[in-house]
Amino acid sequence: MYTQALNVKDEPTAAGDPVLEARFQAHVDAELKIEPNDWMPEGYRKTLTRQISQHAHSEIVGMLPEGNWITRAPTLRRKAALLAKVQDEGGHGLYLYSAAETLGTSREQMFEQLLSGKAKYSSIFNYPTLTWADIGAIGWLVDGAAIMNQIPLCRCSYGPYARAMIRICKEESFHQRQGYEIMMTLARGTPEQKAMAQDALNRWWWPSVMMFGPSDTESQHSDQTMRWKIKRFSNDDLRQKFIDATVPQGHFIGLEFPDKDLKFNQETQHWDFGEIDWTEFKRVIAGDGPCNKQRMKQRRAAHDNGRWVREAALAYAEKRRNREAAAKIAAE
Amino acid sequence: MTEQKTEPHWPLWEVFIRSKNGLSHRHAGSLHATDATMALQAARDVYTRRGEGHSIWVVPSNAITASDPTDKDVMFEPSESKIYRHPTFYDIPDEVGHM
Repeated sequence: MYTQALNVKDEPTAAGDPVLEARFQAHVDAELKIEPNDWMPEGYRKTLTRQISQHAHSEIVGMLPEGNWITRAPTLRRKAALLAKVQDEGGHGLYLYSAAETLGTSREQMFEQLLSGKAKYSSIFNYPTLTWADIGAIGWLVDGAAIMNQIPLCRCSYGPYARAMIRICKEESFHQRQGYEIMMTLARGTPEQKAMAQDALNRWWWPSVMMFGPSDTESQHSDQTMRWKIKRFSNDDLRQKFIDATVPQGHFIGLEFPDKDLKFNQETQHWDFGEIDWTEFKRVIAGDGPCNKQRMKQRRAAHDNGRWVREAALAYAEKRRNREAAAKIAAE
Repeated sequence: MTEQKTEPHWPLWEVFIRSKNGLSHRHAGSLHATDATMALQAARDVYTRRGEGHSIWVVPSNAITASDPTDKDVMFEPSESKIYRHPTFYDIPDEVGHM
């Protein structure tokens, strides 16, 4: 679900072959796709590998805050839906790892980068899911923000990434709708339930708005990725689009946004909003959010506890191969 | 994470799926699995969660021989210059009707 524009500098473009580079750029400018074995500038490969693998890590880490509520979902319907959603996130992670692998980095290397803390993932998953309403807020806001970010990526110049994103976007819309339905049900329930929905919105609104990454005035890496047609819209444009779409949805179910500066601007036809706390964003990205340590601990434990399964599957496959080979010899 | 580096990799498989409306198998993506049985099961979970398919093929990725993109011109240019392979190349009077 969740790509995030992280504030990382462009990879320096090593002085490559100007003829190949010009041909590559012309290909991209003509809206043609770049495929795995095509020639590409090293910077393009590095930027995409980083972006796609971080996106994959976000999907995988994103299973944790929601998985936290599977056993405590209020009804069987909600439980089945949440289970399916978390399973989808796992699937999305796998599509994305596959896409990143086509650029020449192995899955094991990417896991290692995540587990050692070298690779980043979306800051949003370092916030805790304290109540059931948080599951509604995540689906509605976090997946909503992710969809805004991801739709333009379906047209990304790199073929495998674009194809993975098309699949992901198709599956994502159920996620947002199930989240909004949870919020709507709570907002129309008892006063306590409505308060729970409001509290979840209060806590998730700003982190969701931050998912679009630093403001364009701060962001250092938009130009090159735009030229390469990896990115199509600026962080601020996407953020505004998200706010414009989401605010009326919240008002429709009688909830208030935790931003006293939020008001509709008749002139621009957009919602004006208050100042974003970028120090919080930077802190969470840097590893000091409410749940960073817990998330990484859980991921490492899952990886370590799964080691015997990976080893056993390999040993079993080898045993079967040996047996088949022996049977073949015996038959001759 | 030192043992990460020594842990052997699972082989890569390409997944092809025949969609419900009877089309040919089409490349859906790839995955890692230790053998063909496991690759099929994983392909079902990863690529057909919403009834996308009726039939799955899995092929070890290293069993695929691909044309080289740098030879693209040599490979495919000959077919582009032979316009007489298309029906519109031939002039047939309108009176003959649809052919």
